[in-house]
Amino acid sequence: MLTKRIIACLDVDGGRVVKGVQFENLRDAGDPAELAKAHSEAGADEVVLLDISAVHERRPTLLDTVRRAARQLFIPFTVGGGIRTLEDASAVFSAGADKISINSAALHDPTLITQIAARFGSQAVVVAIDAQRSVDGSHWQAFSHGGREGTARDAIGWAQEAESRGAGEILLTSMDRDGTGAGFDCELTRAVADSVRIPVIASGGAGGAQHFVEVFREGHADAALAASIFHYGFSRLSDLKQQIGAEGIPVRWPC
Amino acid sequence: MIAIVDYGAGNLVSVKKALDWLEQECAITSDPEEVAKASKIVLPGVGHFASTAALGRSGLTQAITDGIERGIPFLGICVGMQWMFQGSHESLETPGLGVLEGECGRFPGNVKSPHVGWNQIDISSSSRLFRDVPSRSFVYFTHSFRAPMSDATVACCEYGGAFSAAVERDHLFGVQFHPEKSGETGLKILRNFCLL
Repeated sequence: MLTKRIIACLDVDGGRVVKGVQFENLRDAGDPAELAKAHSEAGADEVVLLDISAVHERRPTLLDTVRRAARQLFIPFTVGGGIRTLEDASAVFSAGADKISINSAALHDPTLITQIAARFGSQAVVVAIDAQRSVDGSHWQAFSHGGREGTARDAIGWAQEAESRGAGEILLTSMDRDGTGAGFDCELTRAVADSVRIPVIASGGAGGAQHFVEVFREGHADAALAASIFHYGFSRLSDLKQQIGAEGIPVRWPC
Repeated sequence: MIAIVDYGAGNLVSVKKALDWLEQECAITSDPEEVAKASKIVLPGVGHFASTAALGRSGLTQAITDGIERGIPFLGICVGMQWMFQGSHESLETPGLGVLEGECGRFPGNVKSPHVGWNQIDISSSSRLFRDVPSRSFVYFTHSFRAPMSDATVACCEYGGAFSAAVERDHLFGVQFHPEKSGETGLKILRNFCLL
C-alpha cells in the first residue's frame, strides 16, 4: 500500500537551521547537512530544505548547503527559497535537489511553474502555499514572501491553478498553526486535498503523533511535514512513525 | 566505466551521486561512442515519455542497442524502464525500444495520479537485481504512467491494480521506482547491478 509520508523540514537562514513560531523569533538548531542525514537515518521519508531568508534578502539559494546536504541523502530532497527563474531552479537541481519548491515567484509569475515542469518534469515541481484564514472566516488567503505579504488569491483556487499549470505536489502551510504545536489545520488541508488530484503535503502545527494521524485521516493529506518537533528532540522521528503506524495509518516502517 | 545516459531528461545528478557513493567509476554522457563502449549502461528518466524521442535523434538508441547486443548490463530507471517496452499512451507517436512486449498506460481514475511516495514491492526470488533484498521492501515512486505486468516482471507493486515495479530479462533490467532515492534498499539494488 502507498504509505503516508513524514517529511522533515529544515528552515535555513544564513547557513544554519532555524525555526520560528509563526514565522518569527528564530532559534538556532544546527548544521543543515548533518541534520538532513540524521533525519534520513531516523526514518524521514523525505527532507525539505527551505532557505527562509532568500526571498526578502534577495540573495541566491545557498547552493553550497544544498550540495553538502545532497551528497549524503538517498531519499527525496526538496529545496525551496529564493528560486525566481528557470535558471535558479536549474542551479538547485544541479546542486543535487530532486524537487524545487516555489512560492512567491510562482504567485508573481505562474508561468514559472510550467517552465520548470516542462524542463524537469512535474514530479520535480512543488508549489508551496502559505495560507491564512480570512478575518471573516469565509476562506483561506494565500500569502507571499514568507507570510509577510497578503495576496488576492484564495488558497484553494491557487492550488487548482498550480496543478493545471504543471505542479506535481502542493506544500500547504497553515500560517495560523505554524510553529504552535497545536495540530495541523485539518479543515484547510482537506479543502485543498479534495480539490486537486496531485498530492498535498500538510504543514504547520505538528506537535505530536496524534496530529499526524488526524491530518491523514481527517485532512486527507498525502504527506505531512514538520520541523521544530524533530529538531529539539521533542519527538524522535522513528518513535513518531511507529506511533502513527500503530494507529493504522500506513507508514514506511521499518525503513 | 558505467555510462549514465544524458538525453536532456531525468535527474542525472542523483543517479551519479548514488553511484559515486558506491565507489563506481561512472560518467554522465550524451556521446553515443562513449555509451557504446561502456561496461554498463544506466538510462535514467523522469518526466514525459516523449523526451525519449531524443535518444533516436542523437544516435543514442543505436549505441544502447549495440551495447545490449554486446551483452553488457543495461538498467532503465522510471521512464528509462518504460522505454524498454513498445511504447506509452503518454506519447503514442514515440516508439519505445521494444525489447519487452506491451505498452505503458495511465492509472485508473479511482486512485490519485501521479503515484508519489514509498510503496512496497513483491519480489521474485529468482531476480539477480534484487539479490538479498527482502520482498515487501519499501521503495520510492513518482510516476503518472506505469508498465504492464509482463513475463519479465520480477517485482510488482499494487496501486490501482498490479503493475511492473521492476523487469529483468537476461542482462536487461528496469525499475519503475527510483533506487537512487530509495534509501538503503535502493543503494543495495544499485550495488547489485554494479556487481553484475
